[in-house]
Amino acid sequence: MAKSGFIALGILLSFSIIVQHACSKPSEKKAVYVLVDTSGVYSKQFDKVQSVMRYLLGALQAGESLAFARIDDENFNETDIIARINFDLRPSIANAQKRAFLESVDQFGKNIIPGKYTDITGGILQAIEYLNETQAKQRYILILSDLKEETKKDRVRNFPISFNGIHVVVINVAEFEKNNADSKEYQARVEEWIKRVEQGGGDWKLIDDMNQLDEIIE
Amino acid sequence: MTFDYWLNLIEGQPNLSLLVLLSVLVIVMYIARQPAHQVILMLVRSLRNALRLMARSVMLAEKHLRVRNREVLLAQGQEHAERFIERQFQRIEILVNRDLSGYPSLQRDLKEQITRIDEDYMQSSEVPPKPPQWLKAVEAVAGIPDNGSPVVAKILNDIHNTLNKALETNLQEYRRANRDRHSLLKKMMPYWRSLTSSLNSVERKITGLEQRSIIIDGQMKTYEEIRNKADYGERMLLESSMTHFFISSLTLCLAVIGLYVNFQLVALPMEEMVGAASYLGTSSVQASDVLALFVISIEVILGLFLMDSVGITRLFPIIHLLEDHKRKLIFWIMFIILVIFAGIEASLAYMRDMLVADREATALLFKGVEVEEPPLRWIPSIGQMFMGFILPFVLAFVAIPLESFIHSFRTVTGLFIVWLLHVLVVTIRFISNLIFGIGRLLISIYDLVIFIPLKIESGIYKKPDKQAEDTISGVLTHQQKDEDFH
Repeated sequence: MAKSGFIALGILLSFSIIVQHACSKPSEKKAVYVLVDTSGVYSKQFDKVQSVMRYLLGALQAGESLAFARIDDENFNETDIIARINFDLRPSIANAQKRAFLESVDQFGKNIIPGKYTDITGGILQAIEYLNETQAKQRYILILSDLKEETKKDRVRNFPISFNGIHVVVINVAEFEKNNADSKEYQARVEEWIKRVEQGGGDWKLIDDMNQLDEIIE
Repeated sequence: MTFDYWLNLIEGQPNLSLLVLLSVLVIVMYIARQPAHQVILMLVRSLRNALRLMARSVMLAEKHLRVRNREVLLAQGQEHAERFIERQFQRIEILVNRDLSGYPSLQRDLKEQITRIDEDYMQSSEVPPKPPQWLKAVEAVAGIPDNGSPVVAKILNDIHNTLNKALETNLQEYRRANRDRHSLLKKMMPYWRSLTSSLNSVERKITGLEQRSIIIDGQMKTYEEIRNKADYGERMLLESSMTHFFISSLTLCLAVIGLYVNFQLVALPMEEMVGAASYLGTSSVQASDVLALFVISIEVILGLFLMDSVGITRLFPIIHLLEDHKRKLIFWIMFIILVIFAGIEASLAYMRDMLVADREATALLFKGVEVEEPPLRWIPSIGQMFMGFILPFVLAFVAIPLESFIHSFRTVTGLFIVWLLHVLVVTIRFISNLIFGIGRLLISIYDLVIFIPLKIESGIYKKPDKQAEDTISGVLTHQQKDEDFH
């Protein structure tokens, strides 16, 4: 009798679990590394960068990771990282961390000093290292740049990079407003990067519209 | 050897070839008619017999199941009736202990009241005043003739006056005594009323017992019917079981909704304890959800024990067999733990509200909207807290429909299986008859193909119609045999 009772109770509770999880799909841990090119016109379009960061902070959940760095140095190093964080597992703490992160990004935006160089490759290498450390299943590198790499002549930057399943998403903020006069040159750079990313085992995505931000993270 | 080969059996004459072939076929079929009929009949009979045997087995199983269902039903009904009668006796015991335990004192009161009334009555009895002793002397003096003597007349006059005075005094005394008696009788009134009230109270108690005994009589009658395995009792139990099944199923569905609401109240705050990104192994099940479910399960189990310890349900016979004080102890332990859990859940519900508000505020901040504290924010918070506290107690009552569901489920499942077996028997019998029909049809088609030689044969032998038909077809005889057999 009691056994039957427990069986019935078990069915009842299992039913509850099934109802709860019937419509949900497994969530995979994500990590995003944002590289911002603040040289030239990008320093004046920082509100777009803020929009992207707000979207990312809203999309990422507790336990996931986010980093924000600039790529306007001649050689990318640790000092170029503006903020990086692994969000706490507790949602309330994670929310507080997100607010603090946004505050640091806003603070950075107020004091931008445009650089002369753009070291995209160096930033990507740093990003890959960070993303691998997070052990996230879905890893993203977001590049807000026109992909024009500007380093010292003696720097070698055309070596192959191992992306190993990382999604590379490029958002060309500056292109949205200016009339693309040198679009051919830009297109050639994009093609070159697509080739480089795909050869390195990465996944490429180009976003050229601010309304497509929902497509950044799958 | 294709069909074309046979068509060209006679060179260039396909029609003739076909005719020859058909003729040969008819002749062969005519010759092989009896064995062919026998083969068809044997095959059909074998299949039919196998199917009938199968149907018989299923029927037997159905019968066994029906008997088992009846036994289960009667056993459940008997147990239910026993529980009901036991409960009624417990109520009578309470009545007797509560009301009739004071019966000796009531009897004493009644006796005292009756004694007082009796005494008062005795005192109030009318005692006629005795005539004065000197009345005869006065009568003798009054009888003396006066002979016109004024002295005698004066004496007599004095006597008359004295008598009048004595009469007056007696009358007053008599009236006083009557007044006293009336006052005594008046004093008896409250005793009478008290006596009436006491008797009414006794009557009420006796009536209560009488009503209980009528209920017990009715239940005993049902119990007797169940014991005697009467059909009426079984029908009654069956109807009752079906009703219980549907009602308890409906209640359990509502309870599942309650569980879901409860789960939603608890799951989000649990993320603060075990983390939002903790999953059970490699599955998609969040650890916080499992923890929330565990808390709810504990509450439901506590509810089951609580209901059993009170004696409302009997899911655990061990609890029911314990002494009363132990059951009371279990009840209080379960109740206290349930209250603690309800308190925890209320605080979790409040925390959930805070978390949701924080989440909304953060989401709005990321959208660039200025966040403001909405008015009367405390109302949903208090509401959720209240729900969090109440729901564990409400869920404790799930034990009642659960027990009813388990009891009725056995009966309803048994009935359903019986119905399924019955449908299976009907289907098997239908298939068996269908196969036999197909066999008969095949024989008729066979005879139709060779109707020309059959007609010739009947023309030659010219047997009586029925006999000829029997001999020709050989089918009707078999059919008759089969029908006789079944």
